[in-house]
Amino acid sequence: MLCRTANELYWMARHIERAENTARLLDVTYRTSLLPYQMQDAGLGWADPWAVPLITSGLATAYYERFSGVSTESVLRYMILDSANPSSIFCCLRAARESARSVRGAITSEMYEDLNGAWIDMRTYDYDRIESGGFSDFLDWVKMRSHLFRGVTFGTMLRDEAYHFIRLGTHIERADNTARILDTKYHILLPSVTDVGGAVDYYQWQSLLTCVSGFESYRKIYSDVITPHRVAELLVLRDDMPRSLHSCMNFIYETLDLLCDQHSAELSRQAGELHARLHYGRLDEMMDFGLHEYLVDFLERIAGLGGEVSRVFLVPTN
Amino acid sequence: MACTLLDALDPGTEFRMSPPPYDEMRADDGGVRAHYRAFADWMDRTTPEHIAQKRGEAERAFHRVGITFAVYGEDAGTERLIPFDLVPRIIPADEWETLEAGLKQRVRALNMFLNDIYHEQAILKAGVIPPERVLGNEQFRHEMAGMKVAGGIYAHIAGVDVVRAGAGEYYVLEDNLRVPSGVSYMLENRKMMMRLFPELFATRSIRPVQHYPDMLLENLRAVSPHGEEQPTVAVLTPGAYNSAYFEHAFLAQQMGVELVEGIDLFVQNDTVYMRTTRGPQRVHVIYRRVDDDYLDPLAFRPDSQLGVPGLFAAYRAGRVTLANAIGTGVADDKSIYPYVPDMVRFYLTEEPVLNNVPTYMLHRPKECEYALAHLSDLVVKEVHGAGGYGMLIGPAASKAELEAFRQRILAAPHKYIAQPTLALSTCPTFVDSGVAPRHIDLRPYVLSGTDIDLVPGGLTRVALREGSLVVNSSQGGGTKDTWVLAR
Repeated sequence: MLCRTANELYWMARHIERAENTARLLDVTYRTSLLPYQMQDAGLGWADPWAVPLITSGLATAYYERFSGVSTESVLRYMILDSANPSSIFCCLRAARESARSVRGAITSEMYEDLNGAWIDMRTYDYDRIESGGFSDFLDWVKMRSHLFRGVTFGTMLRDEAYHFIRLGTHIERADNTARILDTKYHILLPSVTDVGGAVDYYQWQSLLTCVSGFESYRKIYSDVITPHRVAELLVLRDDMPRSLHSCMNFIYETLDLLCDQHSAELSRQAGELHARLHYGRLDEMMDFGLHEYLVDFLERIAGLGGEVSRVFLVPTN
Repeated sequence: MACTLLDALDPGTEFRMSPPPYDEMRADDGGVRAHYRAFADWMDRTTPEHIAQKRGEAERAFHRVGITFAVYGEDAGTERLIPFDLVPRIIPADEWETLEAGLKQRVRALNMFLNDIYHEQAILKAGVIPPERVLGNEQFRHEMAGMKVAGGIYAHIAGVDVVRAGAGEYYVLEDNLRVPSGVSYMLENRKMMMRLFPELFATRSIRPVQHYPDMLLENLRAVSPHGEEQPTVAVLTPGAYNSAYFEHAFLAQQMGVELVEGIDLFVQNDTVYMRTTRGPQRVHVIYRRVDDDYLDPLAFRPDSQLGVPGLFAAYRAGRVTLANAIGTGVADDKSIYPYVPDMVRFYLTEEPVLNNVPTYMLHRPKECEYALAHLSDLVVKEVHGAGGYGMLIGPAASKAELEAFRQRILAAPHKYIAQPTLALSTCPTFVDSGVAPRHIDLRPYVLSGTDIDLVPGGLTRVALREGSLVVNSSQGGGTKDTWVLAR
């Protein structure tokens, strides 16, 4: 397969997954912002719940270069509709559709028509329409379009290299996003140490679980109160939870195993090492090391893995 | 200039209706011609509601599948449909036999001409064509002189524009030998007709065209540089924003070969490779849909982002075949067009089967004098112009325009040719008010490789506006399915 084709497919999948995760992140922010919340230090911009999605997505610097403060509207506009923010839902869907268009021979016509349809619908949304219809409605729509596209892909596509690169893109993006979402809660939402373990803390964990579709699973598995240890176990170490880091790494590891040959031994090794850390990792060690530190380390490693995928398969130099 | 679908679909806007035009379906007495009878009977039996419903169905299907062309100068990603008309253009078996023989003959001679002028130049030495017409032509590529190309074939794919005028005789209007486009519409139109009206095909009297991609692939494989058994073929496109991108993707997919852009290829040791996820893979034959000028920034336009550095060196080394070859433009240039019948006589010692439109070459004083005296009846074309630029349509021009053109001709008569205005034939077409005659032309696609061959059919374009002779897709032109009847 042409490297350019693999690259477009990989980024098509990443952009769809990013749009979905951005929707999830905004959803949890919206829910959290409705909880009783007292700003401990009114002067601290970052303490505002609406600063959280910016920090989590790594967009805070870019945002503050253009806007002076955060508000519900300005952050939602920036994250959903801003055509100058490459990670906005609008830009992600546009990029995914453009990628699909440029390699439409490599995907099924159902996939192209589905993505084309999502993009055509996206263009009909503006801020007023989203607000009057309800933010949750819109964010649900984004999630559903992502589910639909994944379903069409799963249901129609030949299990060839093209499929593997799509799957690789999806899970690298998802692993990155889950780590970011989890890290958010641990350090940012509760600026005051005295709040840890309180009622607001509890509801925030619950929102976070809901955001990654993990609340119901949590209830099933633990049938008990929400604790940070268990949330971390669920979203990092358990491999039966489809958005957990371990589960994502299973997919990535398996897929790379199919794609790699003797020329890509280093990539294969990196993936194996990262997979092993999750597969054989222990919760206690992770929490002792510090969840935040663990996640920061993971984000670096998954970014490194993505870079290696690019170097080996997608944009190789001669 | 970049050859786009819109340019390539330019038919020549010059044909004007003075005598009543030849109607493809009805004879002068109003009776239906024999080869249209079965279709006319079907039309009589079919309700307008049914037809209207099918027209809607066709439009939706074309949109969904995305058989669109990009429109330049509008918002990026603006995509439009070329209107599709449900009344087919039907060609009886005997007429097609003549057309087929004439087209093969013409393309054979054109390929021999190209091979000759880039080697011995016998036709110039024999004085059949004045040497300066060829050697001084902007489209003559001196880089190609003396270079051997696989099989001696230059125009692997030729899109010859044919029109019908007067009492129904066929004329060749233009030989498109660079990167002719539109063949995807021929194939999609047939697919659509078979889907909408399968009953029309039940008599099995309509010859199929859907094997075109197989025929194309076979011909491309046949011209691999060293006769490799399993040559790798690729389609080279300028990219997703090119107006004919749909066609490039469609043909690559139909042939089961890679669709590549310049950045997907690189040249090492005069060998062309694709960058693939399994490492470099050699490419033997490139069906390129990129113009000569943009193919290789090292050899031609240095600002080209679409090409492959070193491609020309690899080509010259005989390590890759380009289809079509570089430098074919000299043979479809308007200043060379008048000599094509002479080429047929010179190389094949046969009389041409198909007519040229009579052409006055204005560098000849007598013809120039005549043309200047009859300017308001003639069409004047700039010889290197394409896409309708630099053209005067005498009967439609104002006095000031005529005068301005007269001055331009006097200043540089060798830059112009003139032709009489002909009446294009018409074919019944669905329009808002019902069914009415509209002007049409025809572009069959002639393939050279193993031999010279073409599928029975082509792209029929129709001018949808009443009285209009402009079949351009950008100016209200549409397309029709083209049926060649079996004997």
